[in-house]
Amino acid sequence: MPKISNLEELKKLRDKSIAETAARKEGRFRVIIGLGTCGIAAGGRKIMEAAMEEIAKRGLKDVSVETTGCIGMCQNEPLMDIVRPGEPRVTYGNLKPEDVPRIIADHLVNGNVVEEKVIGRPE
Amino acid sequence: MSTATKDVAQVTKDIVAPWKGKRGGIIPILQKVQHEFGYLPDEAMVTISEETKVALAELYGVATFYAQFHLKPRGRHIIRVCRGTACHVRGSLGILERVISELKLHEGEVTTPDLRFTIEPVACIGACGLAPCVMVDDETHGRLTKDKVPDMLSKYE
Amino acid sequence: MATFRSHVLVCGGTGCTSGGSDKVLETLREGIKANGLDKEITVVQTGCHGMCEAGPIVIVYPEGTFYTHVKPQDAKEIVAEHLLKGRVVERLLYKEAMHSEAVPHYKELPFYSKQVRLTLRNCGYIDPDSLEEYVARDGYQALAKVLTEKTPEQVVEDIKASGLRGRGGGGFSTGMKWMFCAKSPGPKKYVICNADEGDPGAFMDRSLLEGDPHAILEGMAIGAYAMGADEGYIYCRAEYPLAIKRLLKSITDAEEAGLLGENILGTGFNFTLHVKEGAGAFVCGEETALMNSIEGKRGMPRPRPPFPAIKGLWGKPSNINNVETWANVAQIMFHGPEWYANYGYDKSRGTKVFALTGKVNNTGLVEVPMGTTIREVVFDIGGGIIGGKKFKAVQIGGPSGGCLTEQHLDLPISYESLTAAGAIMGSGGLVVVDEDTCMVDMAKFFLEFTQRESCGKCIPCREGTKKMLDILIRITEGNGREEDIDNLIYLGTQIKTASLCGLGQTAPNPVLTTLRYFRHEYEAHIREKRCPAGACTALITITIDPAKCVGCTKCTKACPVNAISGTVKQPHLIDQDKCIKCGACVEVCPFKAIDKK
Repeated sequence: MPKISNLEELKKLRDKSIAETAARKEGRFRVIIGLGTCGIAAGGRKIMEAAMEEIAKRGLKDVSVETTGCIGMCQNEPLMDIVRPGEPRVTYGNLKPEDVPRIIADHLVNGNVVEEKVIGRPE
Repeated sequence: MSTATKDVAQVTKDIVAPWKGKRGGIIPILQKVQHEFGYLPDEAMVTISEETKVALAELYGVATFYAQFHLKPRGRHIIRVCRGTACHVRGSLGILERVISELKLHEGEVTTPDLRFTIEPVACIGACGLAPCVMVDDETHGRLTKDKVPDMLSKYE
Repeated sequence: MATFRSHVLVCGGTGCTSGGSDKVLETLREGIKANGLDKEITVVQTGCHGMCEAGPIVIVYPEGTFYTHVKPQDAKEIVAEHLLKGRVVERLLYKEAMHSEAVPHYKELPFYSKQVRLTLRNCGYIDPDSLEEYVARDGYQALAKVLTEKTPEQVVEDIKASGLRGRGGGGFSTGMKWMFCAKSPGPKKYVICNADEGDPGAFMDRSLLEGDPHAILEGMAIGAYAMGADEGYIYCRAEYPLAIKRLLKSITDAEEAGLLGENILGTGFNFTLHVKEGAGAFVCGEETALMNSIEGKRGMPRPRPPFPAIKGLWGKPSNINNVETWANVAQIMFHGPEWYANYGYDKSRGTKVFALTGKVNNTGLVEVPMGTTIREVVFDIGGGIIGGKKFKAVQIGGPSGGCLTEQHLDLPISYESLTAAGAIMGSGGLVVVDEDTCMVDMAKFFLEFTQRESCGKCIPCREGTKKMLDILIRITEGNGREEDIDNLIYLGTQIKTASLCGLGQTAPNPVLTTLRYFRHEYEAHIREKRCPAGACTALITITIDPAKCVGCTKCTKACPVNAISGTVKQPHLIDQDKCIKCGACVEVCPFKAIDKK
């Protein structure tokens, strides 16, 4: 632990630590990836890795990456849902890892749904 | 703890050394000596008194005041039966009686003749959510029933 | 630390650890590694979540899924199902005692939803061994703010304005206490944290020390600044090895980070902190006895005045507060006194942590705003009485406290309301008792404790508690006399008035309040030689109802003294001369054919 010698340094350490424990907050931006047997078989894990990479690259805070089980749309796997606070949940399907950065940038960050990849709005 | 071969006076002197000329050392010294020998041997008490210049009577005064200190050898395993309120209302007296009967201790005895166990009721070990509970050495056994006592004891040799 | 998509929190409090949470933690880590998830998921050992009854507890974030009674083999399933595939393991979800529906989310549990966790906000949420995680929760911000923006006098004023009162039981205004010490002249002063939590049935301080040690350190540093002290002691019971370990680690970390020690945060303020291990004496919870113990003497109380604020540890001005009080300080300074004063009721502001135990479904640590009713604590948060039995009383405040009965269920909790009802806030032990608990036996239990722990310095306490105990023993053994009740009241009142310290001044309380509300139970013991709750062994007989007994022989095997005889499939009989009334047969009888009266 480096020495903290003033208020500025303490604040810096706080911001860094908050980002690192952000996964324990609820009610924020969420990325949810289907990782049931079907999702895993269809390459869901690659999608999740791509999402985590993109989030880290953009330095996004307050985003949780969650996994969920099979929701019964196995033919459309891999699936990824995006939830912005106060907005309806949007499900994207038939994804490839290269689709992920665009969805993160357009939808998660800027709030513009990437319509051609949407397969439904569950809520 | 191969204490039998250790020179009680020398070990005690080593423990006292860092506290020389400092205040407030008596209780930490007694704690360390007891940690070393399992109890406070008379010889160690005399040595502490000589080294710290604290009267022997005062040392014994402190040692007998606190429940933590023991002037007699104790068993290899310490069974602390919690007698706190939460444990009491959930039947800790029965647990205590069962432990005593399992160890075949007579009235007033706290240590088994083979020095395997010493039993001591304690006020509360702060695990009230698991009442009734017993601590054997540093391990807490919670949600006990009388029937679980023999099993619990058999784990310690 | 790196960023992980999921955090798995495993409770490392004393309750969960003794339930095997270490093994669970290990299994989770192994499973995560074996599945190649160790870059995405981190496992954190936290302090106590308060819900000890359901331990070991595992919480999976970001979902906040709450798993209870987790065993190592369950941990494997959590990895395989939840962490790998995102499927919640329904079987392990917390089930409310009253309903059997599973409630999966942490914040939705009734046990937590009625609570306001200010003091316990970090317990179970952060890794107590990590300074960074404490800082992430605004840790040490209050200290920084105080050191750079406030004068010591302003800090004292803020604490006064917050309405914070001593959480160790006294209920004295913390701000006033600080003011006395701050105004006391002298270059050398001490601040002390009383972590000698000795009340049987209380473990809130333990959980705070284990779950959020930095909060105590920060509070003490702020107090030291306000009062002009540069050295502090935490006096912790030796029975709390984990708390001591975590305190020592947090002090080392804070010193390394420059948040304790010399020239803190470059402001020129110095504060060093030591941990003193207690040696097992209840009376050391009394502040002057505690100071004697730190000095290496017998832990006997000193007459006051002089008060510690004038002449305390090593003869220097000193201030002692208990763990929970210190734990509130940093938050008050961070959010401001108005924020804190906003919670509460009447002259009792803020929240109070209670250790809810006894015959209640959800035992554990509970933090509620002052003014919450006993009913809300016992029935809403605590989930009611085990086995649907009848509520009889809550014992509040431990051996210095008293009993509250059904008529007090809707009493809003505050220092004043409890005192008026004959109990005290105390340190916050709240033991629920049901119809099977004998109140005379309960009073005797507490008096045995205080009598044993009396240091012997002053006569009213040393001799008086002994006499009271003799009378109580006599009553519970069926030898009570008609004048005993009056004698108990007389003795109790005298001991309260004449004793030197808090131990003696409060020791008669459990007897006096049970006499106030359950006098009929005493009378039944004395006049009818009968224990209405069926708890005092000398006054009960155990009999088998021949109409209900089917002769299964279970009781015969359970009886430790072979007092039960009978042929298989025929009603059995207890030999009253041999019977030791241990009740083992009552517990094993599947047909409820054995009566204890």
